[in-house]
Amino acid sequence: MLDVGRHPNIKLLAYSEVEKVEGEEGAFKVTIRRKARYVDEDKCTGCGACKEKCPTVVPDAFNEGLGTRKAIYSLFAQGIPSTHTIDPAHCRQLNGKKCGICAKTCQAKAVNFDQKDRVVEIDVASIIIAAGYDVFDPSRISEYHYRDLPNVVTAIEFERLLSASGPTGGHLDRPSDRAFEAELAELGKKVEKAQKALEKYEEKYGASSSDFIMKYRSGDYGDDADKAKWAEKFEEFLPMHESLEAMKDKASGFSVAKRLAFVQCVGSRDFRFYPFCSGYCCMHSIKEAIIAHEHGPETTSTIFGMDIRAVGKGFEEYKIRGGNHSNITYVRGRVAEITEGQNHNPVITYEDTRERKVKSQEFDMVILATACAPTKGIIELSGKLGVELDKYNFIKTSPISPVDTSVPGVFVCGCAQAPMDVPESVAQASSAAARAAEIAFHYYSEKEKAVAC
Amino acid sequence: MPADKSDDIRIGVFICHCGSNIAGYLDMEALGTYAETLPNVAFVQRNLYTCSEGGINEIKKAIGQQNLNRVVVASCTPRTHEPLFRSSCGEAGLNPYLFEMVNIRDQCSWVHMQEKEEGTNKAKDLIRMGVAKAALLEPQKPIMSPVFPRALVIGGGISGMTAALALANRGYEVVIVEREGRLGGMLLDLNRLGPSMTDALQLAESTVKAVSCHPKITVFTGSRVTGVEGFIGKYSADIETPTGGKKIDLGVVIIATGARVFVPAGLYGYDAERVITQLEFEPRLKQGIDPSIKSVVMIQCVGARNEERPYCSRICCQTAVKNALLIKEKDPDTKVTILYRDMQMYGVENEEMFRESKAKGIRYVNYNPDRPPQVQAGSVLVYNALLGKDMELPAHMVVLSTPLLSREDSDEVGKLIRVPVDANGFFLEGHVKLKPLDFATDGVFLCGSARFPANIREAIAQGLGAASRASIPLSKGSVVVEPIISVLADMDACRGCGLCVALCPYGALEIQKTDKGRKVKVIDVACKGCGVCAATCYQHALTINSFTDNQIDAQIEAFLG
Repeated sequence: MLDVGRHPNIKLLAYSEVEKVEGEEGAFKVTIRRKARYVDEDKCTGCGACKEKCPTVVPDAFNEGLGTRKAIYSLFAQGIPSTHTIDPAHCRQLNGKKCGICAKTCQAKAVNFDQKDRVVEIDVASIIIAAGYDVFDPSRISEYHYRDLPNVVTAIEFERLLSASGPTGGHLDRPSDRAFEAELAELGKKVEKAQKALEKYEEKYGASSSDFIMKYRSGDYGDDADKAKWAEKFEEFLPMHESLEAMKDKASGFSVAKRLAFVQCVGSRDFRFYPFCSGYCCMHSIKEAIIAHEHGPETTSTIFGMDIRAVGKGFEEYKIRGGNHSNITYVRGRVAEITEGQNHNPVITYEDTRERKVKSQEFDMVILATACAPTKGIIELSGKLGVELDKYNFIKTSPISPVDTSVPGVFVCGCAQAPMDVPESVAQASSAAARAAEIAFHYYSEKEKAVAC
Repeated sequence: MPADKSDDIRIGVFICHCGSNIAGYLDMEALGTYAETLPNVAFVQRNLYTCSEGGINEIKKAIGQQNLNRVVVASCTPRTHEPLFRSSCGEAGLNPYLFEMVNIRDQCSWVHMQEKEEGTNKAKDLIRMGVAKAALLEPQKPIMSPVFPRALVIGGGISGMTAALALANRGYEVVIVEREGRLGGMLLDLNRLGPSMTDALQLAESTVKAVSCHPKITVFTGSRVTGVEGFIGKYSADIETPTGGKKIDLGVVIIATGARVFVPAGLYGYDAERVITQLEFEPRLKQGIDPSIKSVVMIQCVGARNEERPYCSRICCQTAVKNALLIKEKDPDTKVTILYRDMQMYGVENEEMFRESKAKGIRYVNYNPDRPPQVQAGSVLVYNALLGKDMELPAHMVVLSTPLLSREDSDEVGKLIRVPVDANGFFLEGHVKLKPLDFATDGVFLCGSARFPANIREAIAQGLGAASRASIPLSKGSVVVEPIISVLADMDACRGCGLCVALCPYGALEIQKTDKGRKVKVIDVACKGCGVCAATCYQHALTINSFTDNQIDAQIEAFLG
């Protein structure tokens, strides 16, 4: 990313969308909408002071909604360009409320609430589609109860939980425990507030609330309105305090997730959704299990899959190493259902096809290896470019011209073409660059020739 | 050295607040006052953003007005901002390498957000060390070397030919060296290619024709590369051809030497007759199988995923399914059973072919490698690991899916070009994820099954990809490298032991015979300045520009106070 941002031959139009493509191989005219960021790209230094002060808290899409960001934000810390953006759906100022704190905070004077979308036109010889993919939404598989069961997460959510810069700082805190702790913190605040109110009375009357209530209950204070208020506050406080203590007690028993289950082919190799194999999921499950084990050596992982497709360079060796050194058990079988046991522990029901038995097993957390779904915007984008899609909505190519689309001069690489892992995507990116450069070379050398004549 | 010239050294220290990123957590005023007390410091300034246009102008102004001859910026990471500050020094007339950067954001304010005092003290230490080093910096000049506009492609299979065509179509000269008597590689032995069932020979022939007709491509068949000397941009290769030895100059090398098929001698009754490999099956499918063959059993992972060859050869499952479909295409009544451990039908096209094969009646039996199938006369005995039962399958013919192996001489070729091979003998790329088609050594690239078994789509894509990577130095016409590289600072001290040469990961060192005996020579443009050689040299003959022993000693001494 850094290299892209810094390369003198690359003009990066981030936060922009292709509106229209005209022309042909060698001479395309592309109309691009540069969406308003409400922040001046030339002025913003990416320091982030604005987001520190912004009062509007929004779920953070980069952390898969597991954390929060502000209404003025950069997608993630290392993002290129580092220019911040105001999210118009949530910004108070842009929604007619009084705010503008970010503009006041910004010492570079980069915030501009009046910024409008701009439409630019560029001339290019060739086009490369690298639009990527979407993560399949596993809530469509009702028997896995994703979203109903807090401790069933997708692989990409788990990736964020494992990340040192993620919402848990890399600790495998279970979502159910995190939710409970958030509730606890909320109640803690309430109790503290109530306590402060009680302290005022205690100071005023020079008695502790518990001594006071005994007397109050026995009718010592008659119908003193202020005392009645104190009593009322204390009666409210008591159960709150009690449940807070109980919750604290419960939370003190929480520990990080240690028994992990990885469910393969979630939405892939499934006629109801995507019949194809997503290719990379076996490896990312093994990788996540190995990293989880590095975080906590007592972690055990079970990977449930039909075939473990470790087909890349060094992959089979990695799979075996995971089994030998990282407490990974590979079970051949498709998971039938995920239900909830005690303590929000997910319970997996599956057939162990090697033992020909239906079994159930309880885990601390379940990770779903979700399918590589064609990206939603691809239908619209391919329409603008005129390129054909295959029946799943990946960009259509042929095995002997692997990066050429149906439109000359338009190429594709990465998961927009088909599911693939990082090394394959990187290699294919170079392939597409080779084809695109070939077109540009011919176009420009012919132009030169024409001038020479 | 500079110690006695210290009167002349005028260091300017610029301390960046980075908005509140640094200033919010460190005592900036204290840092500024402290920097003023350091030796050789002539000027100190604090900036809201040193990297902003205003900040940069302040540096330039100070270089002129304050007569600064060294600049230290204490701010964020050199990874993002060093190039900017360096070039700004250059614009103000100061040699860009008389600049030193100190990272007080990532290393101080960000990691010590809760410890203002300690964080500030650490920033003081780092600034003191940076200033001590800056005093000893020497001016450097960027190193430039021309690139000879010709590529050598070793291997004339589909991947190598694709790479050659892609480069030639960009206007570069390409030389292909093919060991066999004709171009085409493994495609010449294959029937049809899955999943599109493309005719392999037709594809080979049309590609060979395009290569042969291309005015920019020279082909040497029946030839071998026997020697490669030089470095990126300036290679010279010795080629042994049927008409004699040739020496050619070139700028880049692409390795596309392919792979070979494992021959399963002694396994599963392999006899090259009734029990054959998939590769041997291809021509038979092409000619038409003997109609009396009514049952075929295929066995996967023969000689693969075992202790001897732990890797999965990636393409054998798809080959088996493809050939099974071709049997069914000829005669739907022939029984085909594939005995497998995991069906590696990754991706969209393969899985689709897999499903189609099941619909066409091809049967799959999962076997356990601890209880491998047994090939008998007329049948195969297998323990079906999913049914938990022994089965006897009729088998007029048995086809063994064997892995691709690296070339016998890959190690030799690797040594010739100074690039490594992995534990399985396949060429080892620069980075398994991020540089799949490059080597750590600049100017050498990789594609096809020489890297790892690849199907037709992957071999072609990688051929294009390697060409793309190789075209970068070719199109630039020269290699420019940062002068922060290894130098033989003390020629007399070097004993020519060659320890550094053996350890250099980039092939950037060589031993030369000189009047003074064997001495190491640094190939400037190949060196990445990693410092392994300088750290290894027990004679301290080698050093790294801008990281010399005395500069690092000065930093350590400054730290220890």
